[in-house]
Amino acid sequence: MKKVYINSIASISPQKTFDNTIFLDEIIDYNDTVIFVQDPDYKQYIPPAAARRMAKGIKMGVVASKIAMDEAGIETVDAIITGTGMGCMIDSEKFVSAIIDNNEQYLTPTSFIQSTHNTVAGQIALGMECKAYNFTYVHSAISFEAALLDAKMQLENAEATHILVGGVEELGEHTTKVHRVINHIKPEAVTISEVLNSKTKGAVFSEGTNFFVISNQRRESCYAELVAIETFNTLQKDRVSEAIEAFLKENNLKADDIDVVVFGNNGDVDFDGFYNQLSKGIFSKTQQVFYKHLVGENNTVSAFGVWLASKILKTQSIAEIVKINKINPSKIKTVLCYNQYRGQNHSLVLLKKC
Amino acid sequence: MSELKEELKAKIIEQLNLEDVAVADIADDDALFGDGLGLDSIDALELIVMLDKDYGIRLSDPKEGRKIFESVQVMADYIQEHRTK
Repeated sequence: MKKVYINSIASISPQKTFDNTIFLDEIIDYNDTVIFVQDPDYKQYIPPAAARRMAKGIKMGVVASKIAMDEAGIETVDAIITGTGMGCMIDSEKFVSAIIDNNEQYLTPTSFIQSTHNTVAGQIALGMECKAYNFTYVHSAISFEAALLDAKMQLENAEATHILVGGVEELGEHTTKVHRVINHIKPEAVTISEVLNSKTKGAVFSEGTNFFVISNQRRESCYAELVAIETFNTLQKDRVSEAIEAFLKENNLKADDIDVVVFGNNGDVDFDGFYNQLSKGIFSKTQQVFYKHLVGENNTVSAFGVWLASKILKTQSIAEIVKINKINPSKIKTVLCYNQYRGQNHSLVLLKKC
Repeated sequence: MSELKEELKAKIIEQLNLEDVAVADIADDDALFGDGLGLDSIDALELIVMLDKDYGIRLSDPKEGRKIFESVQVMADYIQEHRTK
């Protein structure tokens, strides 16, 4: 089997991450329950005629894909694979509202056409005139990992050479209201420094996108080797350590071999225990980092965890703002990302320095 | 009539999300499709729905749209003559 490399990355998030030349140099603090991305200049990347029908998620996805393609230095790919938990919420809400408001009459086509989950991957393909494999995975908090796993298997088996993989989520006004009602969003505004020690239920919700060009050829721009991915729809809290150790064993590693572990803590008092048991347990001597205090929670935000891990491996540096503890490894060779959302849909992504 | 034309221009901009276009940028006899505003077939469907919803005009043959949507002036003339609301 061929090895798989992350050759480029792109992130549009509530932090200024769209510029790959910087790495969390300037942090934007928030004091809110829902946070939005720092927008790049979309017009620089998308012609106005094409942009006018694109909702936020599509614009973010198209621009992030272009940034990733530019960095990888390639014109086209052998597959475009995206993951999204909620899809194009803005156009979905617009279309459904129009159905209700107009008593099922006068339905316009644009929002319907643009509302499907695979719109982002489709628009990226149209933009680069790529007629290759185009697929979108929709599976809550492991949507991105499902896309990544598909890409990894195709590359390992030499069915493709370069694949564009990404995760994207946008915030719909009505859906956000519903999440507030069911207490998935925190009742009180929190700053980034308060998230980790929050004593309330729910998370700070957000939008964002992260794209990667992954290949079975190592390019000069390489960030990391993508070694393994595993997902679990259900996993009891007291079985997490065991599952991680088994995953590491399959890859000839032990917990002590991990130089940095990237946790998905979002400050939800009901579910951060999944990470805290690892912090105090098998990874107590490992450098631990987290990121959702900076970029919020959404179904594919774990892709930001992979972005962060990739940056750490390439730059061999860890921004103070993401550190949970201070082990400060001298060399960073192996990074493990662990994420779950509300105790379900757990994912493990193992990366190595390339 | 001139009020209707201004109203139509504003609706076209809003409905079709023409971000960089202002009412003043659209002349009454500018072509809406092709070389003019550059609208396309999906926009034509949006305009057909707008005629029905806002002016009570139901086009039985979508091909009629090609003539009716030639310019704001032609649209306004057609609406003036056929509107039911």
